[in-house]
Amino acid sequence: MLPSTGQALPGLHSALARPLSWTERLDLPRRITFAAAAAVVLLVGLLLGAITWNGIQLFVAGGVPVSQILTATWAPDPTSPPTNYGLLPFIFGTVGLMAVAALIATPLSIGLALFMSEIAPPWARRITQPAMEVFVGIPSVVWGWLGLTTLVPFLREYLSGLGFVVGFSWFAGGVVVSLMILPTITTIAYDSLVAIPADLRTGSLALATTRWQTIRHVLLPTAAAGLATAVVLGMMRAAGEALAVQMVIGNAPVIPTSLTRPMTTLTSQITLDMGNTVAGEPWNDALWTMGLVLLLISFGFVILVRLLGRRGSAR
Amino acid sequence: MVTPSRRRGAIAPAITVALSLVIAACSVASPSPSPSSPADSPGASQAAASGTVSPASTGGSDIDCLAGSITTSGSTALQPLVDKAAKDYVAACPEAAINVQGGGSGTGLTQVLQGAVEIGASDVTADSKLQPADASQLVDHVIARQGWIMVANPSVTGVTNLTTAQARDIWTGTVTNWKDVGGPDQPIVLIIRPASSGTRATFKQIVLGGANEATGQTLTEDSNGAVTTAVVQTPGSTSVIGFPYYQQNKDQLSGLQLDGIEATIDDLKNGTYKLQAFGHLYTKGQPTGLTKAFLDYLASPTVQDQTLPSLFFAAAGSD
Amino acid sequence: MTRTIVADRLATAALWAAGLAVVAVLAAIIAHFLLASIGTLSLSFLVSDPSTASLGGIGPLLWNSIYILVLTLLITVPLGVLGGIYMAEYAAENPLTQAIRFCQELISSVPSIVVGMFGLALFVGLTHWGYTALGGSLALTIFNLPLLSRLTEQAIRAVPADERSGSLALGATKWQTIRHVVLPLAIPGIVSGIILSGGRIFGEAAALLFTSGLATPSHYDFLDLDLTDPRSPWSPFHPATTLSVYVWNLNAEGLGHFVRQIADASSATLVLLVLVFDVAARGLGRLLQRRLMGA
Repeated sequence: MLPSTGQALPGLHSALARPLSWTERLDLPRRITFAAAAAVVLLVGLLLGAITWNGIQLFVAGGVPVSQILTATWAPDPTSPPTNYGLLPFIFGTVGLMAVAALIATPLSIGLALFMSEIAPPWARRITQPAMEVFVGIPSVVWGWLGLTTLVPFLREYLSGLGFVVGFSWFAGGVVVSLMILPTITTIAYDSLVAIPADLRTGSLALATTRWQTIRHVLLPTAAAGLATAVVLGMMRAAGEALAVQMVIGNAPVIPTSLTRPMTTLTSQITLDMGNTVAGEPWNDALWTMGLVLLLISFGFVILVRLLGRRGSAR
Repeated sequence: MVTPSRRRGAIAPAITVALSLVIAACSVASPSPSPSSPADSPGASQAAASGTVSPASTGGSDIDCLAGSITTSGSTALQPLVDKAAKDYVAACPEAAINVQGGGSGTGLTQVLQGAVEIGASDVTADSKLQPADASQLVDHVIARQGWIMVANPSVTGVTNLTTAQARDIWTGTVTNWKDVGGPDQPIVLIIRPASSGTRATFKQIVLGGANEATGQTLTEDSNGAVTTAVVQTPGSTSVIGFPYYQQNKDQLSGLQLDGIEATIDDLKNGTYKLQAFGHLYTKGQPTGLTKAFLDYLASPTVQDQTLPSLFFAAAGSD
Repeated sequence: MTRTIVADRLATAALWAAGLAVVAVLAAIIAHFLLASIGTLSLSFLVSDPSTASLGGIGPLLWNSIYILVLTLLITVPLGVLGGIYMAEYAAENPLTQAIRFCQELISSVPSIVVGMFGLALFVGLTHWGYTALGGSLALTIFNLPLLSRLTEQAIRAVPADERSGSLALGATKWQTIRHVVLPLAIPGIVSGIILSGGRIFGEAAALLFTSGLATPSHYDFLDLDLTDPRSPWSPFHPATTLSVYVWNLNAEGLGHFVRQIADASSATLVLLVLVFDVAARGLGRLLQRRLMGA
């Protein structure tokens, strides 16, 4: 509900009452706003260019074969040769963490989104809506600190029999990150669900189905593309998370043998090594290459989201 | 007129805020320790007991007061010393600001090289970590001799000494259970530092003879302080930390002897305890201004004869 | 009862459980931090100087968080709003515009630690500034600017076409229409966009780790208005650790016996500020709506 044009007229009226000034004929607003928009593009281009350029230096300037980054040995220190820039433990870590976090968060998020859109009475919606906004706002270091002080000791003390010897583990990382991506998946899934036209719901109920049957056979399939988008965006956020992850996964530069073992990710290794590598040397170049790999993963996700969006609207 | 439904959405967060303000107000009523309590640095209480007095705000002849702001970063083993000296300097010279960060020896060297900080602290020489062209730009100022001690979680009962050979076996992954070195039947958890750490490099060179550490059951921690916390909390764990960190947490860790030699300052000074190195502060080129004044203060008798021993370091030019 | 009805009841129960579980988790987290900081969190904690050797406060850190937030908004709000106006009002639907949109999506997917690495190379190394509050703000600008631009664009597009055509029918130019009709109507949306991005900036740590640094002057003299003096809290040219970075650094350095208490109380402060932000945002949004709608 927006006011009628009558509300905004007073300012407009005085502007119309006089002829155009020479500055107005120059159409400065168009030029200035274009410059601002162009600045954004330039900025993005600069960042992407820098990541790409620096990311390939490991191969171009350092002479490292591209296949080396797919090996599993991370030995970047030039003072203890031989060096080997194997990024496989980190790539495995990022993908593995993303998968576990999505597995934990998705049922809960979609359940919550369904609750908010279909089942919740108005008073419950007025609690869950702000709850999601607050959830989103909690900084990632707070999640990491919470995981470090409550989850990790819990795993270490009570579940050491299951293999959680040190508490820091793939699983701990997965739980912490799933809490962080929960609001992302929920809000986007909720938006997809409420966007479904009401006729579909009433049509289904007119056929004397139960609410759950409506959800299961009408709503979920219709919103499938939107729900998939929500999960993909959640996974994207999980892949990009750095500090919370670094605080709880143990940072062992190996491929973990089980969910209960410490591991590493691309983002947490960049966090650990960023300050102590010299720009221009292979170790630093390897970190940029990790950044480039992360960028390519994100790139893939963005394209996936666009494809899902197109599928959803085609329906 | 505002309909009631619009207000409700803000009630839940508003109540939480109000509740928290109440709790905060109650906390104000209860006494909390003031920021300037006497136990100011690791081992200061030790110093008081042994009669050594660390300089409070003498501002005496050893300090040349200059204005400005500088940042140091690097070795966490040296951090207690640099931190205390910085606090004493600033207390005597309010026009100065000295920001002390950690990050590890490698961080200190690269940050000072790239001009992000004025002083880089390192447990190892620049030549051993940087390329010759880069290392030649840095000027070394040796300010202390420091020692490290092997420690283990108190759950590892019965192990009070490790020979160099045993330490090597444990750290290279040949031995993976404490029972093989006289301890309980418990898997060994290694707590290692990132590759850029000076603590790790020194231990590797002196005890491991250059052999690579195992990567099986390990945890990586960023600093001496974080390693200390991890060893205290993780059963079966072992690592290497600087003397000041051990002294501050003696009651929660077991300190191990190396080849039967106790890790003390005296054994460090006469050379029988071999897990030691010099502490280096690097500047890019010759230092000037506040940087120079601070380095001069660190080389002065006040710091060398009083601050260093109170923090379990030995003087740079000692026996 | 038939199977379909049983299934419906079970599903309803499960979905209720999901709803309650999530709200309960949030409440538990808030309660955990508040309880953990009883005795530490107080007004004096919020303004005292930091120390790890004793139970120091977070005064300078809190100031740094606010300072960097304001500085970043000062840079991004004008540029972002103007850019959003262009995209919503002037840009034609051509490949260039589509490329711009794609870039905006891409940058919001770049992990903030990578932005931090870029910031370290550019605003700390290349410029030889060292760690500064300005460097931190510029790093945050990199991903905040496209975000704000897109949110502004959405808010402006939400203004109905009738308003615009009505104004143009009266003989106004495009810019006059934007300035006197469209913008006033889009302001609630733009303001909520600014608050949303502001909340994200406030909690940001990864991009600031090595741009605004891990140590900060432990005492600020607020009467020192000399902007060239690096010890002045008003100057952008000194290392400025924010509260979020402080929580991370407390854990990374692990110095002293008070780490747990200080970090718990700092986390509680951050969570409380999120709550305050949320209430303020909703309140402000409603206030603006009421004023502009005349309801």
